Amino acid sequence: MKKLHQSALAALEGIVFDGMTIMVGGFGLCGIPENSILALRELGVKKLTVISNNCGIDDFGLGILLQTRQIAKMVSSYVGENKTFETQMLSGELEVELVPQGTLAERIRAGGAGIPAFYTRTGVGTIVSEGKEVRVFDGKEYLMEAALTSDLSIIRAWKADHEGNLQYRKTARNFNPIMATAAKITVAEAEIIVENGKLDADHMHTQGIYVERLFKGEQKKRIERLTLAA
Amino acid sequence: MAWTKQEICKLTAELELRDGFYVNLGIGMPMDIANYVPQGINITLHTENGMLGMGPYPQKHEVDPDLINAGKQTVTELPHSSYFDSADSFSMIRGGHIDLTVLGALQVSECGDIANWTIPGKLVKGMGGAMDLVAGAKRVIVIMEHTSKDNEPKLVKQCTFPLTGSNVIDRVITDLGVFDIEQNQMKLVQMAPEVTLEEIRSKTPANFTLCPDLKIAA
Repeated sequence: MKKLHQSALAALEGIVFDGMTIMVGGFGLCGIPENSILALRELGVKKLTVISNNCGIDDFGLGILLQTRQIAKMVSSYVGENKTFETQMLSGELEVELVPQGTLAERIRAGGAGIPAFYTRTGVGTIVSEGKEVRVFDGKEYLMEAALTSDLSIIRAWKADHEGNLQYRKTARNFNPIMATAAKITVAEAEIIVENGKLDADHMHTQGIYVERLFKGEQKKRIERLTLAA
Repeated sequence: MAWTKQEICKLTAELELRDGFYVNLGIGMPMDIANYVPQGINITLHTENGMLGMGPYPQKHEVDPDLINAGKQTVTELPHSSYFDSADSFSMIRGGHIDLTVLGALQVSECGDIANWTIPGKLVKGMGGAMDLVAGAKRVIVIMEHTSKDNEPKLVKQCTFPLTGSNVIDRVITDLGVFDIEQNQMKLVQMAPEVTLEEIRSKTPANFTLCPDLKIAA
């Protein structure tokens, strides 16, 4: 099966639908699948549930899908500096499930690994624990957290081969590898695509088994907070 | 004289950093602690977006958009740095491998509850990794101003804002003093120079005892 597609639109063709759940890799603007996000705007799918640590900034990354009101629900750990997100959340237009970052990561990892739920100390005694089973292990309380999966994960890698084996670069890795594992279909965009055999098989971060579709995507890599040495 | 922000960071570094520690510093003021690592002490900074061995901010020619910290600031790599995904990063935290975390806070209660992620109706930031850090790190320290910008006390009997964690804080360092929390009890262990006990009491609704060897300004 040929995984390589010519563009984001070609890779996403026929697999997106209104009301679907999409995981989107990245932390802040670092490591986000820029081209797949733009393609989702062009395809116009609506009522999306998006699972992503953040929601970009107002005019870049996932923020652009908030502006077009294509997102009905966000599952995130941090709203941060995105005004559109905060406004739509406070007005009730956007449903938001805030999840502690480590719990979010582990729920995704569990989803990809076939583990339906797990127990964690994180969130005990806070509003995160509301409605959740609390269980005591060795005298300490833990919350049960359920796994997350998605209809589609869109992720960004640095290098890929035609098999869909992926390598990430520096902190652009973040949520991308685990989201690749937790989707029915994963679409990866890579900055560099090479022939099979050109990447060291001992140093694959994501294995091709998790990647259904692949395309080469140039990245703008906007920097959210340029901070220089004093 | 109350401590300045820089003095709080320097004091925190001197009191809390030990050689070989793996440390996660929260966004904002705690980040500055990295500037005051005492001589002879080597620590490794963990940043929860996926890096151990976080280096200083870059020179202009070193800027790399793929290399940021949890506050989304550009940073650099060190010879011993390593990268990993978000699940691994929080396994390090949840699994108790992080020796120390230092965070900011909106409120800390006398029994060690902390609120630092939202003010209902006013401010929505999200908890990010803070709930995981307070639940998983071996030692959890808060540094903050003793009172809010509106002069509201922040060391309180009970937090009124939604909690980040319950009974999780080991020590609070403010511009006025150092407070330890052990077995649900807060204890004043150090005061900033020339700050009086009366001033601290007037700005601290939380109950606290005095450490026997506390030096009190005349």
